[in-house]
Parts: sequence; structure tokens; C-alpha cells
Amino acid sequence: MGSGVGMNKIFSRTIEGSKRALDSDIFFSFTRSPTVMAAAIVTITFIAASMMAPWIAPHQVFDVKTIDLMDAFTPPAWLPDGMAKFPLGTDDQGRDVLSTILFGSRVSLLVAFAGITLSMIIGVGLGLVSGYVGGRVDAFIMRIADIQLAFPTILIALLINGLARGFLPRRLHDEVAIYVLILAIALARWVQFARTVRSSTMVEKNKEYVKAARVIGRHPAAIMFQHVLPNVTGPVLVIATISLALAVIIEASLSFLGVGVPATQPSLGTLIRIGNNYLLSGEWWMTIFPSSALITLVLSINLLGDWLRDALNPKLR
Amino acid sequence: MIAFFIRRCIQVVIVMLTVGLIAFSLFTYVGDPVSNMVGVDTTTEERLAIYEKLGLNDPFYVQYWHYLGRVVRGQFGTSFRLGVSVTELFRERLPATLELSAVAALFALLFGIPLGVYTGLHREGWASRLILTLSLIGISLPTFLIGILMIFLFGVILGWLPSFGRGDVVQLGFWSTGFLTISGLKSLIMPSVTLGMFQMTLILRLVRSEMLEVLRTDYIKFARARGLSNRAVNFSHALKNTLVPVITITGLQLGGIIAFAIITETVFQWPGMGLLFVQAVSFVDIPVMSAYLMLVAFFFVLINLIVDMLYYLVDPRLRLERGAAGGHG
Amino acid sequence: MDSKNSKAPLLEVKNLRIEFPTRRGTLVAVDDISLHISPGEVLGVVGESGAGKSLTGMSIIGLLEPPGRIAHGQIFLDGRRIDNLPYDTMRKIRGKEIGAIFQDPLTSLNPLFKVSDQLIETIRTHLELTETQARTRAIDLLKEVGIPSAEERIDHYPHQFSGGMRQRVVIALALCAEPRLIIADEPTTALDVSIQAQIIEMLKRLCRDHQTAVMLITHDMGVIAETADRVAVMYAGRIAEIGSASDVVLHANHPYTHGLMGSIPTVGHDVDKLVQIDGSMPRLTEIPPGCSFNLRCPKSFERCDSQRPDLIPVQASHVACWLFDNDRQEVAAGA
Repeated sequence: MGSGVGMNKIFSRTIEGSKRALDSDIFFSFTRSPTVMAAAIVTITFIAASMMAPWIAPHQVFDVKTIDLMDAFTPPAWLPDGMAKFPLGTDDQGRDVLSTILFGSRVSLLVAFAGITLSMIIGVGLGLVSGYVGGRVDAFIMRIADIQLAFPTILIALLINGLARGFLPRRLHDEVAIYVLILAIALARWVQFARTVRSSTMVEKNKEYVKAARVIGRHPAAIMFQHVLPNVTGPVLVIATISLALAVIIEASLSFLGVGVPATQPSLGTLIRIGNNYLLSGEWWMTIFPSSALITLVLSINLLGDWLRDALNPKLR
Repeated sequence: MIAFFIRRCIQVVIVMLTVGLIAFSLFTYVGDPVSNMVGVDTTTEERLAIYEKLGLNDPFYVQYWHYLGRVVRGQFGTSFRLGVSVTELFRERLPATLELSAVAALFALLFGIPLGVYTGLHREGWASRLILTLSLIGISLPTFLIGILMIFLFGVILGWLPSFGRGDVVQLGFWSTGFLTISGLKSLIMPSVTLGMFQMTLILRLVRSEMLEVLRTDYIKFARARGLSNRAVNFSHALKNTLVPVITITGLQLGGIIAFAIITETVFQWPGMGLLFVQAVSFVDIPVMSAYLMLVAFFFVLINLIVDMLYYLVDPRLRLERGAAGGHG
Repeated sequence: MDSKNSKAPLLEVKNLRIEFPTRRGTLVAVDDISLHISPGEVLGVVGESGAGKSLTGMSIIGLLEPPGRIAHGQIFLDGRRIDNLPYDTMRKIRGKEIGAIFQDPLTSLNPLFKVSDQLIETIRTHLELTETQARTRAIDLLKEVGIPSAEERIDHYPHQFSGGMRQRVVIALALCAEPRLIIADEPTTALDVSIQAQIIEMLKRLCRDHQTAVMLITHDMGVIAETADRVAVMYAGRIAEIGSASDVVLHANHPYTHGLMGSIPTVGHDVDKLVQIDGSMPRLTEIPPGCSFNLRCPKSFERCDSQRPDLIPVQASHVACWLFDNDRQEVAAGA
């Protein structure tokens, strides 16, 4: 029995598990709730639109050649002085706000997704190890997790950022900024994944079939993973969704502080930071529109995550 | 009880030493402190001399020891960016952050707990649903955005509250307080609500879910079966059982307020520790960064200790397990 | 339904039907059951898990949890209808006239409150006593349920008592206000076997002393045989047989009861095989038409598949089985 067959089994069991999870009970509550359906639609639209930004944005705002400083500070189209070709107005450099929002969302989402994926890998991996191996390794990992949980994410992210800056020569700062950010996000959220997977693993480890497998000579670890992973899909999915929203917030906050994405690839947070400088002088659209986009995105993801958690919670069914 | 306390204190010391080690390593090994302090055209000999003078050539543990000695005496070095002693900077800025954090924490507790209890008791009512929806929005809003929107609404459009700064402060010894002036108080409102908002929604949801769990327990069912009044069941039994686990988590959360202040202070240009830290990170001002780390760790550990003691006092199961006679048969 | 007692029943349940609306349709958990309890009497309600025993008990004391609801039927306490009372009125009856004990003594007591607090609070809710008077009464109650050093132990917390002691405290709490009826839902299931007998013995004695009737819900036939005056056997939400304890236990009529009794090993009684009933109790969504037991019954015939049996009087008991229609008496084959 090679790992190929094992992987196949894990895969099909996971899909089966997901299918069962997605059957009538959950879909039922999904279709019953218009808010959640709306949230799902919004999220998907957002993701789709921003991923396709380079193709569907009205202006290629990050191509220096297409920007004209003379266009700067144009208000949204429906106000006097507004222009139709800049429906939401322009910023301090003449960039179309709508397009910057599209590109910015793209950056925000890519960073967030990458961060959460890394977080999942670290968390699930450590959780499996911790649960299976137990003993001192487990205690050690959990201690670290506890300590980390206690520190606010922003602080950790800022520290990592600071450390990176300290170690790298200045010219590399910009290039590495995104990776540092992704790492910071990953480190901020891995604990939740680890904990869930760990407890599942510990439950499975004590089951009879594991001992039986040892007797037969089959490596119990392989079997456990086959059984643990499908069980864990649900909660991991919930954590991932909620973490995604948090990741977007973390990224936006860090970019707002100026220690997130580099200025060459602005995210929604960067846009808000820039806009904030002009809030008091009346050019409100530079702040309000990117802010609204951010709020809508995060709110939708949170609604989805909330619903997902309730739907998958066996206790509440 | 005393034994517990002493044990925890020892833990505190260990943690602080560890953090100190990290902070110190940061201090010594990240970047080149000398380059950051001197101009470009300093000669190599001069640099070496400075290295010697700063004791940077001594072995690690010696430097660590000196570092600890300095820390205990309150000397954290000199800021790379501003050239002023870090201790001086902290002394100036700490009151601002502490006042802001305290008011924010108060706001979070005073609104979070009652609302959480209410939505837990009245699970289905329209008011509860409304509050829950608003709380979801509250969690979805990044702190800086709340701040910005509040500035926009109350500062720019309505003009009721100042958009930045602390207003007029009164100096009491080394502590500068904004509590004693009208402008100081007005300046506190928006930042503290902004800072406290996230915590408040967290507390609200926590209290609510804990309340719902408690209301489903057997002892509540039994209490009802004994004919106890709704008031007794909800506010005597259920509330107490809800708040006990909430205390620990809330305490730890609130410990984080000091660090969350970073963002709020940036948005409102609040002259506190948070703003200082952000500027330090941008500039790679190591002394400030490592001192800030120590300070936050200290606060965090202190709050942890207080919360643990509180929990010990409040939950009889922890207290009496050590040494009181158990039951038989 | 007539009993040998000429006293009017304390509790009467008539045609009780408990439903659970779910999105897949309405589940009927308890289907048209009727029973009564006389003052001071112990009625054992026995059956497998899921037969509807606990739900019946909960609905009597008014603590049926939504979405479950009483869809049909009436419950009378001393001739007064109680199933449709508003929450607050029912609350005054709870504890004072009807008490309840649940299965797990550890989770039944609030871990954060001393036993004294919980007792005194309950006493003062129902009786006009001062704090000191209530405390004295509480200590007396603890002594009655057999807690040693009651004056000191009363100030302890629940986790400081062992399982058996805790259940005694629970019983003391239930008896605080001298209720006339106690619903005991699996009171000994969570306890060590060695303690079970003590607790049951004490419960019996107390209820005799205080003239309290008991609805003893359990799946443990041994407890029933020891303790109950009358027994109701429930199956899939319906009553299969109801009669005096000796009749039901020793001369079981309904094939299900027969199976239950035969499955108990008895010391000193030589048997080749224990009786085993094939299959298991149907889920609420899969109750067969006709008699709910017909698929497992060794004696079923065509009528059983299509018609649901009413409770038919058989000597002093009532049995829901077509075997006994037209006064056909079937002698239970010896086990």
C-alpha cells in the first residue's frame, strides 16, 4: 500500500466528508438566510473582480505612463467638477479611485489568502505533530501557542516587520515587504488551526483502530491522518474563513501604519492612509470609497464565517 | 494561596528574563547600532573606539548582565532617532497611553458585559438581533477605520469633537493628565471609543455565548425545577457562572489594549507609546523597540498575574482542591 | 382505568402527545399516553432510552424544552389543570408541589455556590422563613438524607462531595419545600452500583415519611422491581403495559415487557438462555404502522401490522396488545 493509495483515500474521504457536510442541513440553512446568501455573492464578486483587475479596471493606474497629475483631486462623477471617466474621483496623483480600489483589493486579497494558507499549513502541521507525538513535544508547542495567543497580532506583525528591516539592508526592504507581511499574518493565526487539529488528532489517536493497526504492522500515522483530516475539514474551514477576514484587517492596518505593503503595490490600507491625509481638507472620496470597499469585503467574509460556524456546529443543530 | 502567589511571581520573573533576553538580543545584534548612531564619515578607528566604549566587544553573557543591570535601574539606552534617553521618552508618553487604555477598557466593559447578558437572555428578540448585527459590524471594522470614520463624522462634518491630539493637559508631578480639562476630556472620547470598540464587541459576544451555554446546563434546569424565580436563575446563578470564565479571557484581552493603542494613537495623533513604537519600527530605532517590548511584556505579565489571582479567588474549585478535606461515600 | 385505591389521583395525565416540529415534518415523541399517580405512590416508568419517559416527566413539571411542545392532552394535579399554565404560575408549583431530580448529581449542582446557599435559597423561595430558620431546616434536611457532620458539610461546595453524597444533597434540595410529587429521572444511573441501592432505599424511606409520590423514570428493571408500587412500560412513545409492580414484573403480559423481564439475570434462578429481543427500538421517524413493536414481536399477527392497539384491561393491568383482545388470555411462557 503505497502513499499514492493512501492519498487517494484521504482525498476521497475528505470529499465525502465535505459532501455530507454540504448536504441538506447546511444548504437548507444557507438558502433560508438571505443575508448569508448576499454575503456569499458579495464575497465572490469581490474576489472575482479584484483578481481580474488588470483586465477589467477602467484605468491601468499603476502604469506610470497613464497617469496625469493634472487629473488629481477630481471629485466623483455626480458632483460638480466631476468627470464621467473617473466615476469615483481621483486621488492626489491623478489615479482613478475605482481602479485603485480594484487593484488594491487584489493586493489585499492575495496577501490575505497567502497568509492564511501558510497559516493553515503551519497550524495543521503542528497540530498533527503535537496531537500525535504528545509528551514533551506537545507541551512545548502548546506553550509557544499560549504565549503567542497572548500577544496582540499587531504587535507581533510590527515586531517581525521591525526585525526584518533591521536585518536587511534598506534597498531590499520594499521587495521583501510582502513576504514579511505574509509571514506575519501566518504567524498570527496558526494557533487556532493547530489547536483544533491537535484535539482531533488526540481523539483519533486513542481509538481502537489505531492500536489495531499497530498490531497489524500498518503505520498508525497514515491511518490517523486518513481519519483525522476529513473530521477536521469543517472546523478548519470555519477558522480559515474567519481568519481570512482578520488577515485582511491585519494587512490593511499594517499598510495604514506604513509598515505593510510597499508603496509601489498599494492595498486598500495604503489607499486609506493616503486618503486620510486629505480627509480634513475636504477630499473625502479618497478615503470613504476605499474604506467602504474594505468594510464590505470584511463584513461579507465574517457573515459567511459566522454562518459556516453555526451550520457546522453539531451542538446547535 | 500564598504558595500559588509565590509560584506565579517566580514565573513572572522567568518570563521577564526571557523577554529581556530577546529584547537584549534585538538590541545588540539587529543592525549595527554604531552605524545608526554616527555619521557616514566616521573613521574605522573611531567606530572601533565606540564599540569598545559601549562594551560591544564583551562576551554575550557579560553584555546581557550589564543590560539587565541597566534595565533594572531604568536605563534603556538612547533613541537612535531622537537622540533622547528612552526612559525620558517613555516617561513623557506613558501617561497618555495609560489614560487612553484605561478609559477604553472601561468603555468595553461597561457596554460589553450588560449587552452580552441581555442578548444571552433574550435570544430571539429583535433588539438582540440588532445588537448582534451591529457587533458583527464592529468586529469587521478595523480599528483604524473606526477612528477615521469617527473623525469624519464627529470632527469634519459635525465639528463636535477634536480630530487629533490630547487637548489641554494638566501636569501632576511627572504625570500629565487629560482628565482635568474639558478639552482633554473631549479629546479622549473618540480615541477611547475607537480603541475600546473591538474589545467591546469581543466581550459582548463572549459573554453572550457563555451565557447561552450556561443556560443550557443541568444545574440551571434543576434550579428552575426547584421553582426559583427568573431573577434568581438568571441573575444570581447564570450570571455568576457566566462571568467567572469570562473574567480570565477578558483580562487577557484588556491586556492587549495597550498594544492595540498603537493604531488608535496613529490615527488620532495621540502622543503616546504606540505612536512612538510605530515610528521606531519605521526607523529601526532599536533601543525604543526593545524597551517597548519589555514594557508591554511586563504589563501583560502583570495583568496575567492579577487575572489569575482573581480567578483563584472567584472559583471555589481551584481554591479548595488544594488541601481541604474531600467528601467520602 | 381504575385502581384499587379509592383516593382521587394526585396526578393525572390524559392522552398526552408531545411533538417536535422539525423542518422535515413533525416528530411525535410521545403519542397519546395516559397515566395517573396516587398520593404517596411510587410509579415506575420504565423503557429504553428514547422511549419518551424523560419527556413525559419534563412536560409534567413544565420544563419541556422548545421546540418540543405539548400538542394534545391534559395534565391534572389534584384535579387542577396544569399543562396550560403561564410560566410564572407554573413556577410556583415547581419545587413546592412538584419536584424533580435528574440523573447526574455533578452537573445538577451549581459548582460556584455552597450547598448551604443553594438549600437556603430554595427554602426561602417557597417558605416564609428567616435566614437562620432556613439554615436550621437545611441542616435537618441534610441529616435526613444521611450526610454526616451536616453542620459543617453544609458550607462546602458541591465538588467536595462524592457522587453518592451529591445525589443525597440533590434529593434534599428537591424535598426542601415538601412537594407532593417528585419526578425522579434516572436518579441512580450515574452512580456506582454499590451506592445505587442505598440511594434508592433512602428515597423510598423519605417519600414514605413525607408522603411524597414519586414518578421514578429509569431503564433499570431491578430498581423498579424493588421500589415501585405500580409500573408503566413505555415503548416508542407509547405505553405498552401498565399495572401493579408485582403483576407487571412477575406476570408480564405484553411481549415487550416479557422480553424486558426475561432479559434480567436472576440469582438462584437457573436458565439456559436469557431472553433477547431482536432488533432495536425504532427511531421516531421510522415507527411502523399498527403496533410499534410488531416488527420485533415474536407473537405478532396481521392485525398487529395495521391497527394500533389501545390499552386493553387484562385482570388488574392494562396492556396495549391485540393478543388480549376479546378477553383472550395468553399465559406468558415461562422464562
